[in-house]
Amino acid sequence: MSNTTPLLDVSGLTKHFPIKGGFPIRRTVGAVQAVDGLDFQVAEGESLGLVGESGCGKSTTGRLITRLMEPTGGKITYRGQDITHAGRKELAPIRSEIQMIFQDPYASLNPRQTVGKIISGPMEINDINPEGGREKRVRELLEIVGLNPEHFNRFPHEFSGGQRQRIGVARALALQPKLIVADEPVSALDVSIQAQVVNLLQKVQRELGIAFVFIAHDLAIVRHFSQRVAVMYLGKIVEIADREDLYENPRHPYTRALLSAVPEATVDEEPRERIRLAGDVPSPINPPSGCRFRTRCWKATEKCATEAPPLVQVEGNKPGHLTACHYPETTETVPAPRLSKDPEAAA
Amino acid sequence: MTPPTPSQATPLEVTDEDSAASAKPATLKGTESRSPGRLAWTRFKRDRTGVISAFVVIFFFVAGICAPLIAKVYGKDPYTTYGQNDPSLLNDFSYPAGPNGGMSGDFWFGIDPQLGRDVFTFLLYAIRNSLLISAATTLLVAFFGVVIGLTAGYLGGKTDYFVGRIIDILLAFPQTLFFIGFWPVMLTILVSPDEATPTWLIVVSLITVMTAFGWAPIARLLRGEVLALREREFVEAAKVTGASPARIIFKELLPNLWTPILIQATLALPAYVTIEAGLAFLGVGLSDPTPDWGVMVQNASKFYQGDITYMLFPGVTMVIFVVAFNLLGDSVRDALDPKAGR
Repeated sequence: MSNTTPLLDVSGLTKHFPIKGGFPIRRTVGAVQAVDGLDFQVAEGESLGLVGESGCGKSTTGRLITRLMEPTGGKITYRGQDITHAGRKELAPIRSEIQMIFQDPYASLNPRQTVGKIISGPMEINDINPEGGREKRVRELLEIVGLNPEHFNRFPHEFSGGQRQRIGVARALALQPKLIVADEPVSALDVSIQAQVVNLLQKVQRELGIAFVFIAHDLAIVRHFSQRVAVMYLGKIVEIADREDLYENPRHPYTRALLSAVPEATVDEEPRERIRLAGDVPSPINPPSGCRFRTRCWKATEKCATEAPPLVQVEGNKPGHLTACHYPETTETVPAPRLSKDPEAAA
Repeated sequence: MTPPTPSQATPLEVTDEDSAASAKPATLKGTESRSPGRLAWTRFKRDRTGVISAFVVIFFFVAGICAPLIAKVYGKDPYTTYGQNDPSLLNDFSYPAGPNGGMSGDFWFGIDPQLGRDVFTFLLYAIRNSLLISAATTLLVAFFGVVIGLTAGYLGGKTDYFVGRIIDILLAFPQTLFFIGFWPVMLTILVSPDEATPTWLIVVSLITVMTAFGWAPIARLLRGEVLALREREFVEAAKVTGASPARIIFKELLPNLWTPILIQATLALPAYVTIEAGLAFLGVGLSDPTPDWGVMVQNASKFYQGDITYMLFPGVTMVIFVVAFNLLGDSVRDALDPKAGR
């Protein structure tokens, strides 16, 4: 990471959803701790991958950054400006710079609007009049995302899932954002289409220099797309590192377990040892004390139950590689570095 | 670990999917598009019952709107007491002298007993007045229902709670009893007892009171629809770009709600026709010299043992109209919402 101010700086971000109950007077009886103290930065033009199991708070994080939800605590700073609790009017100038791509291409496009209207909507709202008119800009955007510009007047139901997602990308690009939060942008698509959309996003990221927060549960896609990867578990980041570092030298037991679960594509090599995690993810209403992963960790001790491990650069980590674990894995315990394309990097 | 490697295929250029899609506009010319509305229209045109009912309904509306014109061409008006002016038209018991309620080349639908007014023009004006009142009520009900329902659904929280309770009370309220019980009281407050109640006041108050009770079901229905829609991602997408709540409600949500609004309105209108006629029959609302379906039925009920034709015309026309409009409503629903199929 550079020394200059990062594009997005998130510190101690927390979101608790209150649970109401009781009769006759309803009161808050508990909270779902969806996101509990996240710290990370996104540099300009960088892509940060956010991985984790279902329900670990990835999507909530995305919605907090884009301010679709009000954070319970913590701080979100965009280019040095605190936007944690900014209202709609204060956010207006920033809205155009932080955009979002949604998971479900069937729900994220208004079925009653034409593609042209969907893509020009953001420009209309922010009163942007590009040279040559909005329609020309929409055609350009359609071309950028690989759709026929003549499809301007069509309705979303006339497109396939992959094409719809491209329309979603075009809408996000309409305001020339600096940061795009992509909330599982390909998980609702066919595998054959996923790669197309990911490559499109990659092209966009490289050519337009847009920073991404890429939320996904597919490790392969995150590896393909993100320079830096954060692994989340139960509302907390357990490990964050540069891509190669994380995939070749995972220090947190959970990261290792996740990586070992990625299916193999090569047949001629010996099967790799798989770490099977026992049990389910504990409820975020009542998360385990200390380290949240300890209930499923094979290394857990007394210390893990009493003391929450801080997210720090543990011994043996490269700079920028932070792990939240009392007993980090060592390189030797990593099975043959088959995850790497370049075996020497793992040494 | 397998990074996806489809890049050789240069997916951004031409893929099967894209070429299949770009083959179509060659014939459709790209600009031509099948909007959801147009698709519904195509489906509607295929529905024979719907098209026939639509023609019947349009016929009634045209007849109502053109009533003065038709009356002029026909050469009679609904107020002249032809039977009194020409004693040969009524017999000693003040019933029409001719057969079938006095139907003849001069009086196509006959004349009414006692006063001997022309039934045809009276019926035309009755249709005109009934449709005017019910159409105005439907429009107002739809308007208030939409505005209140959308607001309550979108804002949620306390607003939603209070609107919900008001709707509960209105739905539980015995409407007809209210009309019969409070109507005369209301009018005596507005009009001094020694002068006649002006017709416009009756019409306006009728529409007002029916609207006051009528918006509740539509508002409740739309509130539910909005609750489902506002969690959709396209609403979030609009929020992310900084759209105001007003824009989200009217530009994003409302276009998705035309289907239930249209369906509710087409089902509400015939209901108001019957309610209005029922009230007139009960002596609330429009009364005798003013032509109205309910007034005609009320008059006819005094004579139908001696002269059934007089009852037949308002009764049959009203049944035809209400049945046709209800069938039209069903067809509109089927066309707009094909998944709801029966």
